[in-house]
Amino acid sequence: MTKQISVFIENRKGRLGEILDVLKEAGVNILSLSLSDTAEYGLLRIIADKPKDGKDALSQAGFSSMLTDVFIINVSHTPGSLQNILRVISDEELNVEYMYGLSFGGDEASIVVKTSDIQKAEEVFARHAIKTLGEEALKA
Amino acid sequence: MIWSKEETLSRAEMEKLQLERLQETVKRVYEKVPYYRAKMDEKGVKPEDIQTLQDLKKLPFTTKQDMRDTYPFGLFAVPRDEIVRIHASSGTTGKPTVVGYTRGDLDTWTDCVSRIACMGGATSKDVSQICFGYGMFTGALGLHYGLENIGSAIVPSSTGNSEKQLMYMKDFNTTLLVATPSYALRLAEVAREIGIDPKTDLNVKTALVGSELLTDAMREEMHLAWGRDVNITSNYGMSELMGPGVSGECLEHCGMHINEDYFLPEIIDSVTGEVLPAGEKGELVITCIKKEGLPLIRYRTKDVTRLFYEPCACGRTTCRMENLSGRSDDMLKIRGVNVFPGQIEEVVLSVEELGPHYEIIVERECYTDKLTVRVELNKETDSFAELQRIEKVTRNKLKIVLGLDAKIRLESPNTLQRFEGKAKRIKDLRNVENTKGEGK
Repeated sequence: MTKQISVFIENRKGRLGEILDVLKEAGVNILSLSLSDTAEYGLLRIIADKPKDGKDALSQAGFSSMLTDVFIINVSHTPGSLQNILRVISDEELNVEYMYGLSFGGDEASIVVKTSDIQKAEEVFARHAIKTLGEEALKA
Repeated sequence: MIWSKEETLSRAEMEKLQLERLQETVKRVYEKVPYYRAKMDEKGVKPEDIQTLQDLKKLPFTTKQDMRDTYPFGLFAVPRDEIVRIHASSGTTGKPTVVGYTRGDLDTWTDCVSRIACMGGATSKDVSQICFGYGMFTGALGLHYGLENIGSAIVPSSTGNSEKQLMYMKDFNTTLLVATPSYALRLAEVAREIGIDPKTDLNVKTALVGSELLTDAMREEMHLAWGRDVNITSNYGMSELMGPGVSGECLEHCGMHINEDYFLPEIIDSVTGEVLPAGEKGELVITCIKKEGLPLIRYRTKDVTRLFYEPCACGRTTCRMENLSGRSDDMLKIRGVNVFPGQIEEVVLSVEELGPHYEIIVERECYTDKLTVRVELNKETDSFAELQRIEKVTRNKLKIVLGLDAKIRLESPNTLQRFEGKAKRIKDLRNVENTKGEGK
């Protein structure tokens, strides 16, 4: 399990840039991000090397931001590997709230998954030997 | 306790008294105030034309502009040396409006405020702390003399220095608080900061609040801060008419009783100027029928309310005005519906996930008015479902209160403009867009 920074962001020119400026000033490196939006606003989700520092800097700067528990799961570059993981999730009656990709540039890709019932998901992944990355793995 | 016998007159007795006083006043201003004589001549109305209370509508209105045009003393109906007190409004826009009182007017004023203080539960046993600014503003001195008159002990602490205010309140065992609703809330906040719980460590049992709108949401906030058992009543007045004491709420909380033997009320359509029947909502117009120094005729208050003439459970028979919903100059007409910023504020305050700041934007799209309310998110979330829920709750509440569909625009905290003085929370872009559409 790892911490993701979630930031509320209005659909307005320059807003994303302001957020990135704050993270740059705080010396926080972004490993992956996902931006989903509606017509009026969006949620920016960031995997960073120092999530707490990033969140604090953003709150300080007046952004509505929080830390969310998500899982980073390695997915090998073979057809069906993502499906195998999702099947476990659905067989165990968990829901995927959202997911997006993350790459460390090596042979394996990763996905960031936000599931329902985090405690149960943690137990399920352990039971099925699905490896998730902790925060240490994200440190530069 | 009911202070004056005039508060329980039958309708017929009241109307008889009002007509006598109205006729006398109209005759006097026609003779003594050239400005009024000119206005009445222009409308072709003479004092003799006022035969019944219904004839009131023949008289010209008085507006704040009239007071500015005659600045400072042009509307006074007595020689200067009969004036014993002068007050003035803050004059946020343009020159202040100046008001003068004769000795008789000060007695009237004191009587009016004594009445509203009793309505709100004040007694001779109270220790009353007046947290209104003393000075040119009528609020503090009005309440001061009115409360002193009923035998209450006055602590004229004025505004500011909240910690000292709280010390007086504790050490003098203050039982009655006079303040604006927002200052009453601020005092409670400071009290908690310095370790005083207003509910248990202080003994305030009565709060007479005024000079700001008291919305139901504010009243609830005040109860939370000061205690359930505190009697909170709002009272109404304005310096042009006298100051506080025009009307006040009794403990039945069913509108504010107008001292109508002094202040003759009407409700008009603020656009056409037409008098509306009892019970309809419109702009409050007041004629001062027992004032010597500055007897205003049909003064347009710009405050929006409605009037009820049914006797009240408290025993008073005087006409009641509904607690204010806003000012006619703040009123927006959106798709034919009257909207007051206060109504929107109340909804915004009631949604826990939103901050207290807001901006109202009205635009015209395809010949239809569109209402957008910008609000600040006060809760961190990672879920669109949650954001949509907040939007939906706010929109539904607005729909219930306004009868209008509004678009909610969620913003980050600290995005909306903050105001130190009077807030400007409305952007009406309808005319701007019209001119754009027509081209140049």
